[in-house]
Amino acid sequence: MQQSNASALASAALGGDDRALGRLISLVESDPGALLQVSPQLAASAQRAHTIGVTGSPGVGKSTLIAELLREFRGEQRRVAVVAVDPSSPFSGGALLGDRIRMQAHVLDRDVFIRSMSNRGHLGGLASRTPDVIDLLSRAGFDVVIVETVGIGQAEVEIAIYADTVVLVSTADSGDSVQVAKAGVLEIGDVFVVNKSDRPGSGVIAADLREMLSLGSHADGFDPQVLELSAQSHEGVTELISELARHRAWLSSTGEIGRLRVRRAETRLRSVLAELALTRADLLDDGAAVPRAAAQIAEGSLDVREAARTILDRTTEPPRDR
Amino acid sequence: MTMPTPDPERSRTRIVVAKPGLDGHDRGAKVIARSLRDAGFEVIYTGLHQTPEQIVRTAIQEDAAIIGLSILSGAHMHLFTEVLRLLKENDADGIGVFGGGIIPAPDITTLSEMGVAKIFTPGASTRDVIAWVDDFVASTNQP
Repeated sequence: MQQSNASALASAALGGDDRALGRLISLVESDPGALLQVSPQLAASAQRAHTIGVTGSPGVGKSTLIAELLREFRGEQRRVAVVAVDPSSPFSGGALLGDRIRMQAHVLDRDVFIRSMSNRGHLGGLASRTPDVIDLLSRAGFDVVIVETVGIGQAEVEIAIYADTVVLVSTADSGDSVQVAKAGVLEIGDVFVVNKSDRPGSGVIAADLREMLSLGSHADGFDPQVLELSAQSHEGVTELISELARHRAWLSSTGEIGRLRVRRAETRLRSVLAELALTRADLLDDGAAVPRAAAQIAEGSLDVREAARTILDRTTEPPRDR
Repeated sequence: MTMPTPDPERSRTRIVVAKPGLDGHDRGAKVIARSLRDAGFEVIYTGLHQTPEQIVRTAIQEDAAIIGLSILSGAHMHLFTEVLRLLKENDADGIGVFGGGIIPAPDITTLSEMGVAKIFTPGASTRDVIAWVDDFVASTNQP
């Protein structure tokens, strides 16, 4: 993509052109050169969206819950973007992205923008470019940006850095009090939802979650609530909207939003640094440096850390990657 | 376990697979969606009962290169016409449209004159579809 094209696309996307926004997201996903070029242009546009992460195991009803959030937020005339991440195949690299099936009732609404993303093999619950896409959407005039993670297990906590508010969705089948006491995803929720609340056992898991929350203090001083709701039958969703607003107000009034943004910036910077180092390493000796070192490591004549340091030292004066 | 290397060109190619109109027979659409996934493409499946407007909006938001429509209801002339018209209206007629279903030969000729890139009829193999997608993507990447 030529530079002027990327730049024109970014202007149009920030100005509310959906076609341009769709194409710009693809550039952000696939073209590091174009991303580097439009990044300052995007950063100049103010970031005003409330970013909400929705996470939980496969099948707990994340997409259906997001469709409900769309309905509620649109009732308040708020412009909403959704990024829905699904896993790619480890074999083919392909993906079947189906989260938006539940949200198609909103697709004709001009103030709703829904984008599916393959995680392209990235672990952690998001795609490696999802943070860039969230950042872009939060500057493109949306009031709310909702991010659906891949269906997660116990340790995918990346969303906690990139969303202002994390909704952790579970159901009656999500396990007993020992599961609830484990470290990992249960520590990152700002709002806990027990979905499909008509199912037997919902009250038990909700009680276990409340007990867990009452024992440990949430690291930052917010007291998360446990909400039992049924997204499919539209029950309890208004309470969730109130909780999202309460958490956002708390982030602002305590100054926690500023601290979160610093943590987020640092994480992004570190990941861009790592990526840049790798890109430069791959350019060394026309791409031969890394494979050559790998062969030496494999035969035992070179240590992996020694090799990495040597390569990194050689990349500090890059010949051409700007 | 040895894993085959994913094809980066294919995984950058996004394909919307949709079921327009009222027929509820989605097995064909699902088989196509699944085999395109297994070939390494990124497939966005819309589910059943989509209007042409919904399909075109989806393709724009998802920046699809190609839309695949599965139609078994007999309403193919109307549905393809609408999808092509809306793509043009939204300055998105670079998005290729192909279809599959029970579509009579004379209609296939008309559809192809209207701008539908390819129609697959019953008996086409998933390999044919994948080969066509590769060719289509290669032809649109020409300078």
